Amino acid sequence: MSTNINLPPQLEVIDRPLDTQMTISMGPQHPSTHGVLRVELVLDGEMVVKATPDIGYLHTGMEKLFEYKKYQQGIVITDRMDYLNPLGNNLAYVMAAEKLLAIEIPERAQTIRVLFCELQRIASHLVWLGTHALDIGAMTVFFYCFREREKILNLIEAASGGRLTPSYFRIGGLMMDLPAGFESRVKQFLDGFPSALKDFQKLLTGNRIFQKRTQNVGRISGPDAIDWGLSGPCLRGSGVQLDIRRANPYTGYEKYDFEIPIEHDGDVWARYLVRLSEMKESQKIVTQALSRLRPGPVKADAPKVVLPDREAMKQHMDALIHHFLIVAEGFDVPAGEVYHPIEASKGELGVYIRSTGGPKPSRVHFRGPSFVNLSALPDLAQGAMIADIVAIIGSLDIVLGEIDR
Amino acid sequence: MTAGPENEQVSQGQTITTTEPGSRPYQLLTALKHDHPEWIGEVIEAFGEVTAVVPRQYIAETCALLKSSPDSQFDFLADLCGVDRGVEEEPRFEVNYHLFSTITFQRLRLKVVLDEQDAHVPTVTGVWRTANWHERETYDLMGIIFDGHPDLRRILLPDDWQGHALRKDFPLRGYEPYSLK
Repeated sequence: MSTNINLPPQLEVIDRPLDTQMTISMGPQHPSTHGVLRVELVLDGEMVVKATPDIGYLHTGMEKLFEYKKYQQGIVITDRMDYLNPLGNNLAYVMAAEKLLAIEIPERAQTIRVLFCELQRIASHLVWLGTHALDIGAMTVFFYCFREREKILNLIEAASGGRLTPSYFRIGGLMMDLPAGFESRVKQFLDGFPSALKDFQKLLTGNRIFQKRTQNVGRISGPDAIDWGLSGPCLRGSGVQLDIRRANPYTGYEKYDFEIPIEHDGDVWARYLVRLSEMKESQKIVTQALSRLRPGPVKADAPKVVLPDREAMKQHMDALIHHFLIVAEGFDVPAGEVYHPIEASKGELGVYIRSTGGPKPSRVHFRGPSFVNLSALPDLAQGAMIADIVAIIGSLDIVLGEIDR
Repeated sequence: MTAGPENEQVSQGQTITTTEPGSRPYQLLTALKHDHPEWIGEVIEAFGEVTAVVPRQYIAETCALLKSSPDSQFDFLADLCGVDRGVEEEPRFEVNYHLFSTITFQRLRLKVVLDEQDAHVPTVTGVWRTANWHERETYDLMGIIFDGHPDLRRILLPDDWQGHALRKDFPLRGYEPYSLK
């Protein structure tokens, strides 16, 4: 039972007490796999020889379901994919549909979309930070992170009525305008957030245990990361300065002033630092979006696609007819195919829609960043210790709802 | 779905969104077509996106050249997905490759069309390792075989699943209990 494996040089000195290989199944009910992920580990003692992710436990056929739903009904499905970043999913989907329909979105709606996407990015990163630290053994951070995230969820709830499934962005604009006094509530959150961020840094960045658990663990180089299709903070942690908000700007991101934080080490620690800096940048963008908010319409002038206001329906016959037709029959989308990528909290979220005309899409495909990032796990985990697997999976920031769809 | 008013909307939508011809990916493909006329079929520019239809036997070579050539530098495979055009359509299947360059930030779509009886296409895992899971997913849900793939197993559905769930002739609710069919 001797092992003939190629070890990274730094690990060759490690004694092999068993000199045998053992296969164990980590998950699907393991708390550190962030959902129902199974990883088949081939171990030599405590060292991972091979890690094979096994996914699909949460597969619900969402892409199939899109083909049976009208375009506007599909928005609700997107909420349930990456359930930590539902507004990002909404945005990618509605923007792809808007590209097919050639609808221009009013300025105010675009600004509110940016504002919510960045708030959602902070919320998503907070869940990642809390659970990642919890996986590695730092429990306190979790409570602070979820306290801050709660404030963001309250803001999302105030605008959309839903905390985790907002469906706030609609094809042609927003569900409705912001509630009264919303700006001051966001400001209140922004005032408290920098000190909270400092607390997280105090708890983790200087923490020797956290450093030892993350530095030099799960390394991947920049060219390898590109080859594996990594995106988002995982790619920027490997020294590749790529952010779709800058590379292919959408919904007005070109007008905002923000940095793209990168780190060069490509390990779990680097990805941690990138995400922490990203929260700071998101906060900057939210502040700018607030100052850009001007009164105006939040729905495009496309009566055949966008639901009319309730008041207009009571006054105007045509508004009532349009409302009835959109709800009962949907709206026709021109034939064609589009792929629309956005920078979601986890990386490139791309939506491919193929339309053959009519109110339902012919094919909808989601390029989930979690799906692609997880596919690099065998490469990252080879030669790592079994306890590091938990740190590596945590640093990839996966959501199984998006992987399995 | 071919009623009169819908056709009107189709043409309207395309005239509005089509970008000016001759964007950079379009020029790249025209140059590539000049060098290798058999590699590139039709080049379409619509909705601000460029699509090139590639005969399936040249897809791996085309991808490798687009990745390595200093003019194009499409080093990132953003997405790969299969499409079922419909049971009566001939050819029935499409495979779409969404390429992206991390240097020039250009995007490009390559398209391979496949017949139902011969739904085989060469793998591009040798060009980008990220293609591995994308191709497994397309095989699992659409039933397209990627020749030369190192590990072509089902990925989302169980190993003993019958049929391919994203095909148009597969019912939305599947067959119950699934193991009997």
